[in-house]
Amino acid sequence: MSRIDRRFAALKAANRTGLIPFVTAGDPSPQHMVALMHALVDAGADLIELGVPFSDPMADGPVIQHASERAIAKGVGLADVLGWVAAFRQRDADTPIVLMGYLNPVEIHGYARFAQEAVQAGVDGVLLVDCPLEESAVLQPLRDAGLQQILLAAPTTEPSRMAQLCGSAEGFLYYVSFAGITGAAHLSTGDIAVRVADIRARAKAPVAVGFGIRDAASAKAIAGFADAVVIGSALVDKLAGATGADEIAGRVRAFLAPIRSALDAH
Amino acid sequence: MSKIVDYNAYPDAHGRFGNYGGSYVAETLMAPLAELTEAYLRLREDPAFIAELDRDLKHYVGRPSPIYHAERLSKHVGGARILFKREDLNHTGAHKINNTVGQALVARNMGKTRIIAETGAGQHGVASATVAARLGLKCVVYMGAVDIERQKINVYRMKLLGAEVVPVTSGSKTLKDALNEAMRDWVTNVADTFYIIGTVAGPHPYPLMVRDFNAIVGREARAQMLEEYGRLPDVLTACVGGGSNAIGLFHAFLNDAGVRIVGAEAAGDGIATGHHAASLAAGRPGVLHGNRTYVLCDDNGQITETHSVSAGLDYPGVGPEHAFLKDAGRADYVGVTDNEALEAFHLLARTEGILAALESSHAVAQAIKLAREYPQDGIVLCNLSGRGDKDVHTIAAREGVEV
Repeated sequence: MSRIDRRFAALKAANRTGLIPFVTAGDPSPQHMVALMHALVDAGADLIELGVPFSDPMADGPVIQHASERAIAKGVGLADVLGWVAAFRQRDADTPIVLMGYLNPVEIHGYARFAQEAVQAGVDGVLLVDCPLEESAVLQPLRDAGLQQILLAAPTTEPSRMAQLCGSAEGFLYYVSFAGITGAAHLSTGDIAVRVADIRARAKAPVAVGFGIRDAASAKAIAGFADAVVIGSALVDKLAGATGADEIAGRVRAFLAPIRSALDAH
Repeated sequence: MSKIVDYNAYPDAHGRFGNYGGSYVAETLMAPLAELTEAYLRLREDPAFIAELDRDLKHYVGRPSPIYHAERLSKHVGGARILFKREDLNHTGAHKINNTVGQALVARNMGKTRIIAETGAGQHGVASATVAARLGLKCVVYMGAVDIERQKINVYRMKLLGAEVVPVTSGSKTLKDALNEAMRDWVTNVADTFYIIGTVAGPHPYPLMVRDFNAIVGREARAQMLEEYGRLPDVLTACVGGGSNAIGLFHAFLNDAGVRIVGAEAAGDGIATGHHAASLAAGRPGVLHGNRTYVLCDDNGQITETHSVSAGLDYPGVGPEHAFLKDAGRADYVGVTDNEALEAFHLLARTEGILAALESSHAVAQAIKLAREYPQDGIVLCNLSGRGDKDVHTIAAREGVEV
């Protein structure tokens, strides 16, 4: 059983909704990245999504684009990201880590080399936004090394394809709550509830819902019908400009604590 | 190469040209792309669609465009005959209209009411705004803030045609970022919006569809060569940014093994300086904008900023079919510097009375080099993909002239 599977099994046993914060690796501060990751766990994160910065993040809105640009400007690359995961693992052997990003940095690093280094660092899964199931043959070395490929499902996904995604899902299935980019505002929980209920009934893995969740209220609205919620842009926005480990940890606590309480109270 | 390849057999059903192409997009776009692929594959066989496209190309675009023997230029160079396929004579002044007329008809057939496009030099934006106006469709064009500054005339042309031009300020503020932003718009507004990609890049079916709509250039040229010269050219050349005018000229000749093919990429200040946009000559295979192709990126996989005097070639990727042709050895891709392109621009202006676009001037420079390699009865056929009116201010500024 993988670290991701164990974590979702534990959440289910405790009847809790998982909290999955997303942060862009290297933002707001490369020096304090490991401290930021521990702060996320201290504030209630069940799994961490670590964004690998990419110059051309086609599926992301302005908040995550700018965070990527800031990290790249500081020279952050895949090797740094893996280094932070390895450093994080020295104190935390339980919290699953999923690297989220785009294919080109992994392709250029080399799939086999990446797979080996990622597993060694303690990465559990990858979510490569621009690598749909149809193109994922290139990821075989990652699967062989034991990394789980987190798949996306979207409101536009056709029923036959949804069946295929549900059948192929591992770790968790990430349901994109609306057709758009990360960080957009509108969220229609009624529609999402119906779709997610259907997917949960069929998927081989738990279902996390992301895109558009920004606070305790929107997290709570989703918590009723999802196995986990993903919060990205709103958190990245809150962290922007923070300096020093204490300030970063303070902002993480202030932002995530009410969300954690809302999820646990639902 | 001993293996005989049928170049018409590409791409396959997944949009792959050998190792290149494909559909590297977020899940949200998989269904819209499947819908577009289904619609386009149906329409490309539909006699009514083909007849309407042919009528538009003839009466609206002004096709066929002639091939023109540049006698004074050829004489000046002192080598083979240089012939130009005159895409600069099309309505709106470049080959880009061939594609937008086609995609606009696909959009209308699919019931879409809103057109979006990305543009670098502004030619594709103008061509998109043009067809949107003609069909009464709303049009939004994404354009990098840097390109807006260096292509002011085209920005104003788009506005005159009723389009909204949205400045893109992320990343390098050029064509690649405009493409990202258009993709974000599309993913948000897929229900009513049709995305007209202007080059042979992007996810399947775009490299196929854009190539098909531009392949009229090579089909005409091939027939014109046989009719007017009784033979095929020795060598073809065209400029390559994303590669739409080049694949347009090349495609009909790919199975003619005796015709040599050379693409001219933007070498900017020179490939050795790192300030260039020569993805095929100096890049490596990677994934960008929905397809696997040659890209310019660093060792972290970050796409690097490119440089070219011509906004239309200032792109860090290239259409996947070109990547395939390079690896197959069917076409060669070489760099032409800013200075070489400008020199060719002036030479063409003074010997033939033609102001070529800065993009096309790269092809002209390459045609001049190739002409020197062949005897006087040889033929170099060059795609003169667009006219240079839009570049007059850029050239004047570069040469310290106030207009």
